[in-house]
Amino acid sequence: MIIDGSESSLRHFLGNLPAVDQVGADSRAAMLATRSIKTASKKWAIDLAISMVDLTTLEGADTPGKVKALCTKAVRPDPMDSSVPSVGAVCVYNDMVKIARTQLDAIGGGAIHVAAVTTAFPSGRASIEVKRQDTQDAINNGATEIDMVIDRGAFLSGNLGKVFDEIVLIKSLCGDRAHLKVILETGELVTYDNVRKASYLAMLAGADFIKTSTGKIAPAATAPVVLVMLEAVRDFYQLSGRRIGVKPAGGIRNTKDAIKQLVLVNETAGPEWLKPSLFRIGASALLNDLLMQRMKMREGFYSSPNYVTLD
Amino acid sequence: MRIDVKKTYKLYIGGAFPRSESGRVYEINDAEGNFLANPSLASRKDLRDSVVSARNAFGGWSGATEYNRGQVLYRVAELMEGRTFQFAEEIAALEGVNFKNAKSQVEAAIDCWVWYAGWCDKIASVSGSTNSVSGPFYNFTVPESLGVVGIFAGQQSALLGLVAGLAPVLTGGNTAVVIASEKYPLPAITLSEVLATSDVPAGVVNILTGSSAELAPWLGSHMDIDGIDLSGLSKKEEAEVRLAGVENLKRIFRFNDSNSLARVQAFMENKTVWHPIGV
Repeated sequence: MIIDGSESSLRHFLGNLPAVDQVGADSRAAMLATRSIKTASKKWAIDLAISMVDLTTLEGADTPGKVKALCTKAVRPDPMDSSVPSVGAVCVYNDMVKIARTQLDAIGGGAIHVAAVTTAFPSGRASIEVKRQDTQDAINNGATEIDMVIDRGAFLSGNLGKVFDEIVLIKSLCGDRAHLKVILETGELVTYDNVRKASYLAMLAGADFIKTSTGKIAPAATAPVVLVMLEAVRDFYQLSGRRIGVKPAGGIRNTKDAIKQLVLVNETAGPEWLKPSLFRIGASALLNDLLMQRMKMREGFYSSPNYVTLD
Repeated sequence: MRIDVKKTYKLYIGGAFPRSESGRVYEINDAEGNFLANPSLASRKDLRDSVVSARNAFGGWSGATEYNRGQVLYRVAELMEGRTFQFAEEIAALEGVNFKNAKSQVEAAIDCWVWYAGWCDKIASVSGSTNSVSGPFYNFTVPESLGVVGIFAGQQSALLGLVAGLAPVLTGGNTAVVIASEKYPLPAITLSEVLATSDVPAGVVNILTGSSAELAPWLGSHMDIDGIDLSGLSKKEEAEVRLAGVENLKRIFRFNDSNSLARVQAFMENKTVWHPIGV
């Protein structure tokens, strides 16, 4: 046991975490971003990135039709090329979960997860009862992954026990039926030290994944933040023997960004993390750019957004 | 004694002035063979980035009213006028003509720009039509912007060739990726500085300096380019581009006259509308 579950032991553990070397993290992330991935490796990286995409639509204007179209794209991203792998999951709001699950099952996407954002996403400002109900609804409707947000207000004002207990509660609702991803919303956590602290807090409370952002706030998944989180999961594995996944989300729009993320994973957490069960990328526009790059590598000339589906 | 502040010649992509992604430059000489400058040698990735920013800028530029586009383009001419001296010096050095001759070339280029600016809100009246049909319909045809146009600027006159290629494309509401004259790129770089301080939105014009032969096949085959003006290319390069451009049915043209309505019409599509009468 790393902590005994009491707030004081949690506080003690998080308080004793070493501080993040901010300049070091920035420069290491910048250095890794200069790695050049070409030809066969790039092809492999593109397909891996596609299989790691959590294809996301989180708009107030979402409709059942849009979600169904997204599911179709998730199963077969490029209608003209069956060798393109399916994505990792479809990520939607609570009320779209059933529609997404039904559609995926109907078109042969049974293996694709449906992730639901819950606990009053994106702000997390609701009573614990509402958060519980929100999550329960999603699981009952067939969500196999739950993306919960932490209460950043409580975290920043030092109320760590509240944040911890909420994650424990949501984890207990998930049980064996759903994976729990905990969104830290790093854009609101201000410092890398806080990112490291929040990462450990989430992992200690039972998160299966830690996720950078909601996508509603900038900055989102910047490279140094992802680096800090990857270091946290690596070190947590040494401590506990459990491998926790990482999901950067928000701001990853093109193939170059996605490949930079994969380099970060490989060089920080290690190649064991280079699989969809331990690394996901939350994105919507990214998938089209990955497909266009794939076409470029296949055909030898630059493609156009006219040849990929509109979302 | 003062040390000269030498200029770094850069590309113009999406309203910014980046160096080439490849880090390459090449050397150009003046008419007497003395070293003049090291402009950037653009790579295919610079071209790709230019096309992305041109495509992103297309909606706003083609959606602006024709009247507004005319005003914005006229303002470019105003700013060019203020740079007459700089343009003329560059032309004189590159082409080996005297200053007076160079200055008259600049004036011709500015006049050409104004001529095209004036056409923005008139082209639809001249090029469009109302058509008689055998039914109770108003039927009319209007020209619409095509999309992203690649331009190989005319080589014979550094500035006029560039203006004669670029201005009509913008008049039609298109956005442009320009490959500047390989031997005479300086006026194109100065024009990019004019455009950056004018009201032309970022990304509407992107200017690359470098090797036409290197960039031509990539531009020709790029699926997100809708038309190409290859006035500045050799016959051999033209054949390559035309072949590559077949894949997505690009409109590919070569022009001779600098002031010609055909240059505007070449990169517009006609839309015909049927509107019921009495409804």
